[in-house]
Amino acid sequence: MLSSRTITVLLRLWQALPVLFGVIVVTFLLTRALPGDPAVYFAGPAADAESIAEIRKSLGLDKSLPQQFLIYLDDLSRGDLGQSLSTGQSVLADLTTRLPASLELTFAALLLSTMIAIPLGILAALNPGHLIDHACRLLVTMGVSLPTFFTGLVLVFFFYYLLGWAPSPIGRLDFAYLPPPHVTGFYTIDALLAGDPETAWAAAAQVFLPAVTLALFTLAPIARMTRAAMIQALSSEYIRTARAAGLSSRKVILTYALGNAMLPVVTTLGMVFSFTLGANVLVEKVFAWPGIGSYAVEALVVSDYAAVQGFVLSMAILFVLLNLFVDIVYTLIDPRIGSAT
Amino acid sequence: MSNPVDIDETHRPALVRVDQLGVSFATRNGVVEAVSNVSFEVANGETLGIVGESGSGKSVTSYALMRILDRAGRISAGQMTYSSIDLVNASEREMRDLRGREISMIFQNPRMALNPIRRVGDQISDVLTQHAQAIGAEARAKSIELLKTVKIRDAEARYNAYPFELSGGMCQRVVIALALACRPRLLIADEPTTGLDVTTQKTVMELIVELTRARGMSTILITHDLGLAASYCDRIIVMKDGEIVEANKTDALFASPKHPYTRNLIRATPRLDSRIRDLLPEDLAIAALPKRDTQLQATSPILEVTSLIKTFSPTDTRRPGWLSNLIGDNPAVRSDAQRAVDNISFSIPAGGSVGLVGESGCGKSTTSSIIMRLLEPTSGSVKLSGVELTGVPMKSFARSAYRAQLQMVFQDPTDSLNPRFTARRVIEDPIRMLGSDEDRKSITSRVDEVAERVSLPIDLLNRFPHQLSGGQKARVGIARAIALSPKLLILDEPTAALDVSVQAVVLNLLHDLRTDLGMSYLFVSHDLNVVRLLCDDVLVMQAGRIVEQGSADEVLASPQSSYTQTLIDAIPHPPPLYAA
Amino acid sequence: MQDQQFIAAIANEADGQVEAADPLKTLRPTQSAGASSTIAHIAYVLKSNPVTLVSFGLFFLMVLAAVLGPYIVPYDPLASNSAATLQPPSWAHWFGTDQLGRDVFSRIVIATRLDLFIATSAVALSFVIGSILGSLAGYFGGWFDTISGRVIDTIMAFPLFVLAMGIVAALGNTVENIIYATAIINIPFYARVARGEVNIRRNAGFVHAARLSGNNDLRVLALHIFPNALPPMMVQISLNLGWAILNAAGLSFIGLGVRPPTPEWGIMVAEGAQFIVSGEWWLAFFPGICLMLAVLTFNLMGDGLRDMVDPAQRT
Repeated sequence: MLSSRTITVLLRLWQALPVLFGVIVVTFLLTRALPGDPAVYFAGPAADAESIAEIRKSLGLDKSLPQQFLIYLDDLSRGDLGQSLSTGQSVLADLTTRLPASLELTFAALLLSTMIAIPLGILAALNPGHLIDHACRLLVTMGVSLPTFFTGLVLVFFFYYLLGWAPSPIGRLDFAYLPPPHVTGFYTIDALLAGDPETAWAAAAQVFLPAVTLALFTLAPIARMTRAAMIQALSSEYIRTARAAGLSSRKVILTYALGNAMLPVVTTLGMVFSFTLGANVLVEKVFAWPGIGSYAVEALVVSDYAAVQGFVLSMAILFVLLNLFVDIVYTLIDPRIGSAT
Repeated sequence: MSNPVDIDETHRPALVRVDQLGVSFATRNGVVEAVSNVSFEVANGETLGIVGESGSGKSVTSYALMRILDRAGRISAGQMTYSSIDLVNASEREMRDLRGREISMIFQNPRMALNPIRRVGDQISDVLTQHAQAIGAEARAKSIELLKTVKIRDAEARYNAYPFELSGGMCQRVVIALALACRPRLLIADEPTTGLDVTTQKTVMELIVELTRARGMSTILITHDLGLAASYCDRIIVMKDGEIVEANKTDALFASPKHPYTRNLIRATPRLDSRIRDLLPEDLAIAALPKRDTQLQATSPILEVTSLIKTFSPTDTRRPGWLSNLIGDNPAVRSDAQRAVDNISFSIPAGGSVGLVGESGCGKSTTSSIIMRLLEPTSGSVKLSGVELTGVPMKSFARSAYRAQLQMVFQDPTDSLNPRFTARRVIEDPIRMLGSDEDRKSITSRVDEVAERVSLPIDLLNRFPHQLSGGQKARVGIARAIALSPKLLILDEPTAALDVSVQAVVLNLLHDLRTDLGMSYLFVSHDLNVVRLLCDDVLVMQAGRIVEQGSADEVLASPQSSYTQTLIDAIPHPPPLYAA
Repeated sequence: MQDQQFIAAIANEADGQVEAADPLKTLRPTQSAGASSTIAHIAYVLKSNPVTLVSFGLFFLMVLAAVLGPYIVPYDPLASNSAATLQPPSWAHWFGTDQLGRDVFSRIVIATRLDLFIATSAVALSFVIGSILGSLAGYFGGWFDTISGRVIDTIMAFPLFVLAMGIVAALGNTVENIIYATAIINIPFYARVARGEVNIRRNAGFVHAARLSGNNDLRVLALHIFPNALPPMMVQISLNLGWAILNAAGLSFIGLGVRPPTPEWGIMVAEGAQFIVSGEWWLAFFPGICLMLAVLTFNLMGDGLRDMVDPAQRT
């Protein structure tokens, strides 16, 4: 007999299926609506109407929309995401090279952000209404008000142009270094695994500024939610019981209050992660980061429909998996959830 | 303003001594003195009751004793000693040492009082570990022993349970186990039975008494219920507006109460032999017109309920999620009761008043919702003045001609008033939607009229609910219900959330309104005492069925069903009305 | 997902309830002499928190700039002047000139109008649609709830900015399309808050009482329940206004938004980005600061707006 938690997880998976299907449909329609004719692009500048028509036929673009959709589904089931017009490679290959770059950036940003935002939120919650609370609030609000591309530019201006502390914003690694052998796709981790601390440090230096840019933006929701959840938890009746039983404030705050406050914070983290994956686009442009964000922008601008489709689809799947992960973590933290289906 | 401090004649050494305590709170509107000039003692092995209504400062006093006041609160004056330790000036560290080990506290709403995501056994072990009584496996073993002491079956298995898996009564037992884990000498119980079923209340109180007596502990019982205090306390102090108005040994207090507030409080507490006018303070009772015996009209009954059945199918029921568990629904009862209402039939004579009594989950709320046409029955008939109501679908009932004749007064005055509406708008709404044309034209004066009937000052009508007191909110709810002069009024525990003295006035108001406006009542409650005061007949429900019905006096004097007997026994009885 | 919506509702509420969790509410019910009028209450909210006052003041300034913009700028924002390109800030040009010799200050002031227009239209649209969807879903439940939930989930499955990019790329770079795209990606937030708030209250006493008073379901939902959702919605609206501006600016930054030579803050930052590495910082800096101030203003206004709309804050 399956445990109730397993049932919850399976149920979530089941509920995710129609969403996935919806995403596939919307993606398909959107990309078909993009301006620009891939057949013209493929045929080249010297083509005439006839060769364009031939190419269109070979690409399957002369068929009706529903037919094209079925072909698309068929391709998907075999893992074929099509060819990218701009890179000439299969979209799947493109994505597998560029996704780790974005993930590394996003994880680095979230790590930085959480390390600052959660303690900040707790601190603010322990001193509500005092100076430190207002200061925290102002700080994080300012962080979220800055457009990421602007922050990135300012940081580049200060730390690269003026101070020369940061390396030039040209991507994941300076020309002087070679990328480490591929294990996870994360340059920092792979370099360490290969026993090459120099490259690891260089990679970390490159990812630092863009991660800070992203992190500034994500500070606010995490800190605000931590604060709100902690305040809610601290004013609960079970905290009163714990205090009346003489439990130390460390136990009360960390085990009793924070444990309960973590539930909404975990949800927020999930939302922030997925939001950041999308906001990557702007940061990757500023720092010339070869991630999927910049891949998508380039593809959109030239109406590279296969690439765009592949990108959006993979992001959506990632998102669904992420939500699932958050739900699982949630059921692990909160024993009540498992019984509530 | 005397300050009666009563020291027991046998001079048992005082365990706790409080002398001229003052507590103040810093609020938006300035400093508020929550408690002033409070002095009392608790001897070894003695049970002291602190009785008061809301705002009396009884809880604040105990919080001050434990030094667990809110941020905004501070002890502004006075001294407190526990066994010669100065509690006012003790360091936080010393206090933490005392809490849980020497002085323990239990609260109301037991399920909320436990950490929802931590196993209950672990929570007890935490206390043992904190006070260096045991660690690890030994702590676990001791916790299981404690669970057995509070009479929880399958203690080993229950150690790993979470609060939402336990009933309210079991949660309270866990809280008691937590409090007694380190063998304290003083237990402070702050309304320990509020939020529990009547029958559970009794078992919990008896458990507390048994354990504290066995260990020779002193107890401070804080309650608003005089009956509870009378049954379990050696001495009682009565508090009002942050001050002590009277203190005495229990028997002496009830035999000859000196302060007028105490007298009124004793009068207002319903007992088995009181009449409705007896609830009022002496001066008002004399001024009030004598109770008129309503002449039941010889017409057909106003309400006839026949073979009413309501089944919640599995897809129907909103399965109790963690949210409803949080709120305190009893999951065990919900999931078992397939038939929430199981083939009941009764009738209410025109101008009569019938009480519907039962504990939570018995189906009384479902029944009243069905009669009100807020819920569709699975089968059965509901006739109002002979007209079949179930014929009109629920959705369109709002515009039916019969809507105005069936109205309800709700239980929680806070929950039943829209926080965004002024009191005036609340009362206007039914008139605007269902009132006659002339009523609508002169709506302002009509509202004023209704407000006057329920003795609600007109200038309060422009306030929002959060600016009104509990009694005022209750009146607004009643005014809204009678604005259309309904024929049948269902009262769903209308005074459950009110202070006893306010309840006395509201019950009298309801009684007068019935005769003045010629309404019939269906009074739903768990409190047999209150039901007896207002109702001619009583129906007792259990698990969806009516187990007993008859005239109120008869049912209470000689109940036929054992369940009714259990209900009656569970109510703590204050001593009989003193000789005035 | 239901739990998440509830939690979103808590988060919105908890911020406000922190101040309202006054333990003394039960101690002594506030017996004040009559409720304050709406104007008096607004004034009280503005006075009680300096942050609120400042943010409303800034907002007022922005609106002024948007309305009076064309009449008060010193230079024509579109007029290029090849003789005075890339001039640093000076008395003649407070914010300097860009690569075409256009006055940066004038362009920024004119851009206020466009950015505010885009933001308010998009937010108004998504507020109305999202509130209706969410309220109906939260009140009636059933198949409507399930389906709209799936639709919302589908929208949220896309990285939102990318979805906006996709919509604008597909439909074309016009201001209307930017508004529609921004509106669509923001609908889920309103829908979730509305659904959560309505769901919590659908079994409250006053809702039953409203039905007993002869209100049909739609009236109960629209007039009795939904107004109670307005305070947390206000916070959502103000946050959204900020995001909408950032969204439009971001789209323009990558070339999918407003087209040059129209002055818009985002596009000005994009055009100025290439000059940062060569030291001409003012082209990108001032529009960026304006962006930040605008978004900051909206973020800070949120709490103040909520307090104004919430009768529980009236003493």
